[in-house]
Amino acid sequence: MNRIDRLFSQDLKVINMGLESFSKDLKNQEVPVVQMDWRPRAGGNAKLGALLDKLKSNK
Amino acid sequence: MEELIRKANEQALNNLQKARPTLIGMGVAKDMIPGMDKKTILHAGPPIKWENMSGPLKGAVIGGLIYEGLASNEDEATKLAASGEIKFDSCHHHDAVGPMAGVTTYSMPVWIVKNETFGNYAYCTLNEGLGKVLRYGAFNEEVITRLKWMENVLYPVLKAALELHGPLDLKSMIAQVVQMGDEGHNRNKAGTSLFIREFAPHIVLTEFSNEDKADVLKFMHSNDHFFLNLTMPSAKCTLDPVGNIPYSTIVYAMARNGTEFGIRVSGLGDQWFTAPAEVIDGLFFPGFTLEDANPDIGDSVITETSGLGGFAMATAPAIVQFVGGTPQDAINYTTMMYEITEEENDAYKMPSMNFRGTPTGIDIRKVIETQILPIINTGIAHKDPGVGQVGAGLVRPPMKCFEDALEAFVDKMTSEGIIK
Repeated sequence: MNRIDRLFSQDLKVINMGLESFSKDLKNQEVPVVQMDWRPRAGGNAKLGALLDKLKSNK
Repeated sequence: MEELIRKANEQALNNLQKARPTLIGMGVAKDMIPGMDKKTILHAGPPIKWENMSGPLKGAVIGGLIYEGLASNEDEATKLAASGEIKFDSCHHHDAVGPMAGVTTYSMPVWIVKNETFGNYAYCTLNEGLGKVLRYGAFNEEVITRLKWMENVLYPVLKAALELHGPLDLKSMIAQVVQMGDEGHNRNKAGTSLFIREFAPHIVLTEFSNEDKADVLKFMHSNDHFFLNLTMPSAKCTLDPVGNIPYSTIVYAMARNGTEFGIRVSGLGDQWFTAPAEVIDGLFFPGFTLEDANPDIGDSVITETSGLGGFAMATAPAIVQFVGGTPQDAINYTTMMYEITEEENDAYKMPSMNFRGTPTGIDIRKVIETQILPIINTGIAHKDPGVGQVGAGLVRPPMKCFEDALEAFVDKMTSEGIIK
């Protein structure tokens, strides 16, 4: 059995990041899932992300 | 740049953690608060002009002018307030803080709190209790009569008792109340009780009439928020030495005037970053709804800024009956605040969190990066002057304050040639 098939024959341990509906689908199928409260850095706002990057620079 | 910020924030948090706020006495605003005169009125939040003030702040200004004898009724007070003769300024600009409207005038008695580590002072008026009170914009005869009683009976009795007692270490007392179910903003039951326990023997030994002494004890006992006006100046004098540290991204003041919410960031000096204050969706008293609510108001969010209030809600599960939610929500709010703060408080430890220190020292970078805003629990004022408190709930500052502050910080570092 190759590794990917082995993975699918085991009980899944799922952590879902991002869209919560993915975790709800799994829950509906009685698959244990942990929904991680995650959002993109600076809410995905490129301007704010760039400002944060500037403060990490060494010059 | 990152190293400069790290060192500056380390200094800021060191100053915060080393603060020793101590109640050293009482006085009258005119004698104690820098820059006070008969025609100066201090208010909560960032600076605001009369015409932009919300109902409860206007109501409190009207009450303040009547209390000072500068006007004899609402019409006269309104005309005087609009005339340009009265100087309005933020409590924060005068080493002071005030709950809700925060109106502080010339003749009002104030607590004097000194940060013994750095030698700076903070002042705050005495808490009036609930119901029709000036801080919620009420100004009828009942309000003015109570303020006069506070000036003529409560203040001299407490001042004399404090002189017999000597200075009171507020940091130690607040550390105790945090372990007794108070979070220091909207639950002050333990703090008020401890304060009465500490001072009752000295009140009894003063030379005032038994009736006056009993009235003072009854007044404090009837008002669970009495201790709030000590926690607030304690937080203010703790945070002032956190300000004005070059390159620090730590927030050293948050405040609301009922129209705008403002924050100050250590490395950006005295500048306020403001945005329209949010309306609080909380638990309303019977007969009131969201429609009645004024936007967020008061300097009491200085407690959250110092690691108390909403940040310490895990230690005060009972508060959810006042502001909404469940005890688990309270734990979740506190846990979330660790994401946007630099350290755990050395003194304020929460039994329900395995004696973990409260989340302390808000970093604007973390707020922007995580998009998690500080959580604040607060009273809700009616939008019209004179009505009073209509509920309590949870609120957050506008994200714009933090976005503008971050942009200003980057601009400043660029103009100084520290970053490109």
